[in-house]
Amino acid sequence: MRYIEPHGHMVSRTTDDYEKMVLAGCAAVCEPAFWAGFDRSGVEGFYDYFCQLTDYEPKRAARFGLPHYCWLCINPKESEDVLLAAGVLEIIPQFMDRPNVLGIGEIGLNKNTRNEIQILERHIDLAARHDQLILVHTPHLEDKFKGTRLILDALQADKRINPGRVIIDHCEEHTIEMVLDAGFWAGITLYPESKTTPARAVDMYELYGQQNIWLNSACDWGKSDPLAVPKTALEMRRRGHSTETIDKLIFQNPARFMSQNPRFQLK
Amino acid sequence: MTRQEVLDLYFMDARSKLIDLAAFLDRIERATGEADFRFEAFKRALDLLSAENASKARGVLMSLSDPTIEPIAKAPGKGACGAWPGASVH
Repeated sequence: MRYIEPHGHMVSRTTDDYEKMVLAGCAAVCEPAFWAGFDRSGVEGFYDYFCQLTDYEPKRAARFGLPHYCWLCINPKESEDVLLAAGVLEIIPQFMDRPNVLGIGEIGLNKNTRNEIQILERHIDLAARHDQLILVHTPHLEDKFKGTRLILDALQADKRINPGRVIIDHCEEHTIEMVLDAGFWAGITLYPESKTTPARAVDMYELYGQQNIWLNSACDWGKSDPLAVPKTALEMRRRGHSTETIDKLIFQNPARFMSQNPRFQLK
Repeated sequence: MTRQEVLDLYFMDARSKLIDLAAFLDRIERATGEADFRFEAFKRALDLLSAENASKARGVLMSLSDPTIEPIAKAPGKGACGAWPGASVH
């Protein structure tokens, strides 16, 4: 079995996790910028974080022969502070040419505030001006449905954005249809408690088409499982899905989306 | 898959979760003090489980969601609690 982990916060994981992922068949890992679990005190903290994502972390993954890619942004959990966010937006372009950068993400909304929307729109503009792929985080729990609608509105309001170059992540049963119907890619995130279980993820895959969907673990510093994607492949196998169907969902689909950036190469 | 195959694969897992759910409700009944809006939201969602349709997961998620469309002025914090407080006052 081979798979791609298209959304893993590896800075929060141990080196042992890299080894386990590679042993399970991971062929590449992609790391969106996210909230560290605490608010950074200034733009300099993001500068260091972007250096970590574009320099140190690829080297750590390379020790296991694993290609590491990343996405850059200020996460919506910190974009309520518009002054901080504006400062971070200013430094992002100086990292865009680094060889493992795939695009802008994970941008989006957290509590669906006006400030968050303002910073989301500025990220969308940044991506459009630099012709970047976009990875979108949708809010948690009770805020997800509303946030997904607001995010779709913001993306569709910018006519420069091609939905086929945007993945909207953390979709669940009440949001996946609107995302796919609007022409965007849909990500399904596998978490032990929130988001979806492997069984629900396979349900959605069976219900909502087999084209523009990917699975990810979004493993980070919280309760999460870096092997959630291969475990979902086992779930598909239990239901009788073919090896080709499984490969398409967990390897070919994420490869197809991310290959829109020519930097994405599988060894 | 046939219904028989679904039962063969998932019945024991669903049975276990069903008993966990019942035990959670018992725990609340035994506990003292007032419950907050989350319990009311939970009970409303439970009512949806007996519907004869194949979109119960979506229905439960929607019943726990904020259905409004206007952005809010300021974030009350960073976290989410799993149920929309506004449902209890609408």
